[in-house]
Amino acid sequence: MIWQLDIVLLIFIVICAIAAINIKDLMGAVIILGAYSFFMCLLWTEMGAVDVAFTEAAVGAGISTVLFIAAVNKTARRSKD
Amino acid sequence: MTEYFLAKYNFWIYVVLMMIGLYAMMGKRNLVKKLIGMNIFQTSIILLFVSAGVKKGGATVPILRHSDYGSVHAEHLIRVADYLNPLPHVLMLTAIVVSIATTGVALATLILIYKRYNTLEEDEIMAIRKDIRSYKTPRILRSKD
Repeated sequence: MIWQLDIVLLIFIVICAIAAINIKDLMGAVIILGAYSFFMCLLWTEMGAVDVAFTEAAVGAGISTVLFIAAVNKTARRSKD
Repeated sequence: MTEYFLAKYNFWIYVVLMMIGLYAMMGKRNLVKKLIGMNIFQTSIILLFVSAGVKKGGATVPILRHSDYGSVHAEHLIRVADYLNPLPHVLMLTAIVVSIATTGVALATLILIYKRYNTLEEDEIMAIRKDIRSYKTPRILRSKD
């Protein structure tokens, strides 16, 4: 564990989480959630949990983002809050 | 005391992420935002468990370095302190798969809700349901007339 890299990744994760729930454009929020998942998977690689990291990269960041984008395309893109 | 709390920074960030997810689930009105909050909540719990498996002092991924670990010589014995604890990792693999399954079902439900109410805002859906319950024409149909 390199704690400097850890701190930087954790700060990016918190920024991405706050941005994902505050953006009014749902497509942008979903893309930022994908970035959040990729930062999370970098953090887990750095913490030594490589199996969790590649499952998160494939399933959490890949498939989940695709499902979210498909659902947002089929429904409304704007959100009021 | 400060050192003791700062050394566990992963757990502090875990609490922050969990509260962000909880706020998005309870405070936001849009249903997709609620779902994003649920995802953040789930990944924060996975972060907690993976952080619990981390060891300080040069421990690496749990892959055995020696191929002849069956021998009884002292220099070939496996030292547990050299490897991370793999049990939380394996548990969290299941949690990731469960999270994608719940996300898929929730998104399918969202599409059905949108087809029925033509909106994803919670307050608008509640207003439409209230109109239907009191035998009034729902708000969507009124605005179209």
